[in-house]
Amino acid sequence: MAFESLQQIVDLCDKEQNSVYEIVLENDCDERKVTREDSLLQMEATWDAILLASSTYEEKLVSASGLVGTDGAKMERYMKNENSLCGSYMNLVMAHALQMGESNACMKRIVAAPTAGSCGVLPAVLVPYFMHKKADTPKIIEAMYVSAGIGQVIASRASISGAEGGCQAEIGSASAMAASAMTYLQGGDPEQIIHAAAISLKSLLGLVCDPVAGLVEIPCVKRNVIGAVNAMSATDMVMAGIKSRIPPDQVIDAMKEVGDKMDVSLRETGKGGLAATSEAVKICQLLQKKL
Amino acid sequence: MNIFDILGPVMVGPSSSHTAGAVKIGLVAAELLKDRPVEAHIYLHGSFASTGIGHGTDRAIIAGLLGLYPDDIRIPKSFEIAKKEHLSFSFENTTIKDAHPNTALLCLKGESGREIEIQASSIGGGRIMINKLDGIDVNFTSEKPTLIVHNIDQPGHVAEVTSMLSHKSVNIATMQLYRDKRGGYAVMVVETDQSIPMEAIHWLEHLEGIIKVTYINTEDKEIRQD
Repeated sequence: MAFESLQQIVDLCDKEQNSVYEIVLENDCDERKVTREDSLLQMEATWDAILLASSTYEEKLVSASGLVGTDGAKMERYMKNENSLCGSYMNLVMAHALQMGESNACMKRIVAAPTAGSCGVLPAVLVPYFMHKKADTPKIIEAMYVSAGIGQVIASRASISGAEGGCQAEIGSASAMAASAMTYLQGGDPEQIIHAAAISLKSLLGLVCDPVAGLVEIPCVKRNVIGAVNAMSATDMVMAGIKSRIPPDQVIDAMKEVGDKMDVSLRETGKGGLAATSEAVKICQLLQKKL
Repeated sequence: MNIFDILGPVMVGPSSSHTAGAVKIGLVAAELLKDRPVEAHIYLHGSFASTGIGHGTDRAIIAGLLGLYPDDIRIPKSFEIAKKEHLSFSFENTTIKDAHPNTALLCLKGESGREIEIQASSIGGGRIMINKLDGIDVNFTSEKPTLIVHNIDQPGHVAEVTSMLSHKSVNIATMQLYRDKRGGYAVMVVETDQSIPMEAIHWLEHLEGIIKVTYINTEDKEIRQD
C-alpha cells in the first residue's frame, strides 16, 4: 500500500528511527513483493536511463512540429556568461531542464518523472549535483526513493495527470519531488523534506495545462525550468529554517481541489490558456498543412 | 501506483498516453493476433486523431505491432522498419461512439491469414484498456495474465474454466461475462494473479462448446531491461 499522507511517512521515520529513503524502500519491497536488491537494481537502472538520456541530448535536433529544440544548447552556452543573474550552477540546472524536455519532444528515450511532459525537472536538479560530485551514485539513488515516495502520496491524494489536475499536477508534482530529493541530499530531516515538497507545490498551485496544438512542447519544455528552479529555491528555504505555514498534506489536498475546479479547457485539451491565443491558432493552422 | 510508476516508465517521448500507451496498444494487439501482422488498417479517434501525428502516435502503434517496446529508440523509425518487414498499413481518422478520447481501432491480418479487430484506449500514464475484441466488449488492461474464452452461451463453461484454474492453483483477480443474446455467442474475460500453464489453455480449447481461447501474459515482458 502506498502511503496515504506525507505526515504518515514522517511519523514512521520517527517511530522506527529511520530515514525517508529506508521507509520508502521497505514499503516498495512490501508492496511489490520484491527483495531489497531487486528494488535497488531497478532504481539504479532508472538512474542510468536518466544519465544516458541526459548525455545524449542533440543540440541541433528539433521536434516533428518544428516548435521546440536547440534552446537547451543555447542555455548551456550562456552558462559561461559572467553577467548571468542566476549564476552558472543555476544556469546548468536550467539547461538540463530544457534539454530533457526537448529530448522528450523529439521522441528520444526519457524517464517519466512523474510524467513525460515533466521529465526534465528531477534530472535537472540531480544530474548537475552528481556532476559536481556533491553526491555519489548510492546517495542519488536514495534521494530518488525519497522523491518517488513523495510523488506516490501526491498521486494517491490528488493526481499527477495534466488531464485531471492541470499542469500543477505534472510540473508541480515533479517540482515537489525534486525539492524533497534535494532536501534529502542537503541533509534535511524528514520534516524538512515534506515541507520542501509543500513549499514548491504551493508555488505552482493553479498552473493550468494549456499545450499549444495539444503537443507536449509549448509551454511544457520551458515549464520544466520553473519546476527545477522552484525546487532549488524551496530546498534552500527549508534548509534556512523556513516552513510551510499550511501543513504539507493540506497543500496536496488544496491542489486536488484546485484541479477539480479547473475548467476542462485548461486540462490538457489544448483549448484554453496559451493554446487559445491567436498565435497558437496560427501555429495549429500551419501544422495542419505541415503534418 | 508503485514507485516505478512515479519514477518511470523509461520510454520514448513525448507523451505517456499518446506515445508509450500507443506502443503498448500495438504490442498487445499483435499478441492477441497470435501471428506476425502483415496488414494493418488503423483508425484513430478523438485526441489520437487530432494530435496523434505530432505525438508520434502513428509511429508508436506500428512500432508496437512490430514488437518494439515503449523504451525502444527505434520507435521514430518504425515506418521504415515496417517496410523492411513487409507490414503494410494505413491510417484514417474516425469517430467511435462513446469511446475514450485516446482510442484506436486496429484491423489486423497475420501472415497465416488470421484476422482480428481490436478497439483499445490509452487511459493515462502509459496504461491501456482493450475495449473490444472483434466487436465484443471485453475491457481488460493486459497488466495481469488474461484469459479470454469465446463459447456458446450454455450452462457449464464458466464452471469448466474456474475449476481448471482452481486445479492449477491460479487465483482469479477479476472476471467478466458478456454475450450477444441468450443461447448465442458468449465471452468471458478472466484476469489472474498467476500465469496459466499452456497445457491448461490447450485443454480448454478442445472442450465442446468452446469456440476460441486467447491467453495473453505481458507481465514478464514489462520488467524487461535492455
